[in-house]
Amino acid sequence: MVEIRWDWIAGHLDDVADKTWQHVQLLVIPMVAGFVIAFALAILAARRPGTIGPVTAVTGLLYTIPSLAAFAVLVPITGLSLMTAIIPLTAYTLLILYVNTVAGLRSVPAEVNEAADAMGYGRWTRLLRIQVPLAVPMIMAGVRVATVTTIGLVTVSAIVGGNRFGGLGQFITEGLQTDFDTKIYLGAVGSVILAFIIDGGLVGLQRWLTPWARARAERA
Amino acid sequence: MEQVLGFLSDGANWQGEAGIPNRLLEHLEIALLAVLIASLIALPLGFYIGHTGRLQLVGINIANMGRAIPSYALMVMLLPVMLGLAPVLGYDPRLGLRFLPVFLAMVLLAVPPILVATYAGLQDVDRELSESSRGMGLTERQILTQVELPLALPVIVGGVRIALLQVIATATIGAFLAGGGLGRFIIDGIARRDDGMLYTGVLLVSVLAVGTDISLSWVQRRLTPAGVRAATEPGSVELRGSGAT
Repeated sequence: MVEIRWDWIAGHLDDVADKTWQHVQLLVIPMVAGFVIAFALAILAARRPGTIGPVTAVTGLLYTIPSLAAFAVLVPITGLSLMTAIIPLTAYTLLILYVNTVAGLRSVPAEVNEAADAMGYGRWTRLLRIQVPLAVPMIMAGVRVATVTTIGLVTVSAIVGGNRFGGLGQFITEGLQTDFDTKIYLGAVGSVILAFIIDGGLVGLQRWLTPWARARAERA
Repeated sequence: MEQVLGFLSDGANWQGEAGIPNRLLEHLEIALLAVLIASLIALPLGFYIGHTGRLQLVGINIANMGRAIPSYALMVMLLPVMLGLAPVLGYDPRLGLRFLPVFLAMVLLAVPPILVATYAGLQDVDRELSESSRGMGLTERQILTQVELPLALPVIVGGVRIALLQVIATATIGAFLAGGGLGRFIIDGIARRDDGMLYTGVLLVSVLAVGTDISLSWVQRRLTPAGVRAATEPGSVELRGSGAT
């Protein structure tokens, strides 16, 4: 029913590597940009809780817009440059990263904050050295969800990206246009595998960032 | 904006198969049907897991699978299979090209959010409430329908809301596989370099999604008993859901 031409894939490994590399770029740039924005807004939320409502509403609104519409809206303006994909992809990461970072910062027990105050930590040092590290598990949970979501959305961006962008999703578009199942599956399965690999990497990163959690688990 | 007004004010764009009313109708039809079928699968299973506490692992695994496989990848993987099955099962191959892959992907992706919300919502109901209902002589069915479900309903509607938004977005992408719906304006707008058509599609589909989101969040609030409303923060379950993966 579905015939996969492994020999075709073997003969086009360069192409696979190029598109995988672009997929990774279209993941990393929006994630870094989204994280910087969401983190700054979450720090603001820690100082001014009144901003949480409006920021959640705006990032939630962005998140609600169907992905194809978001990629298409910039085509007449930025054309087929990478920005057409990067801007909506960044916008989509904001809600998840923001909500999780705010929740993480708020989950720090009041006693811990008071102990830090008693030890003479200022507001900023307390935030950066006590609250942020303790919020890492929640922040990383957000990073993981946003990462997996973004990898899937990069694939969708290929619909508007033509032969310019879309990472592994370009294989899908090409496969659909030329009726070549191998390319369709290469793009679809490839992006899912990429998501699993990178998610696994993030789990490792989280263990490295929270050595105390590991120590606690070993003692138990 | 002018281009959108130009497109909207052209009477021809309001008539026939490619008209705005028909495209909107197509979009709503496929989205509502997909969520309906998904609900028929997810609700009974969610009731069972949530009420009895059994099969939780099945629920978690289905939920994670839903997150890992994006809608677009799912529908294109189903496409060759649906085309191949057409002669075997005897349906019109055009159905295998346009409707079935998109629709099946939509149903499969709508199941996890509804399932997770249903069993998480039921499990969040205070155990003591269920126990005392049992002590008062209510049957298991009565406990579920009269005590647990009313309290879990806002959370369940929250799951349906997420499913519906996902399905509306997926239906938009489905236009790329020669499907109907509002996504056609976007795909055709790009292909014909007709910015008015493109922006109209973007606008309509965004309004549809945001409108659905706002109205269902209103329903959620209306369904929450006043006492519970004060005690819980909205979205807390969604947060926990995303923290689990």
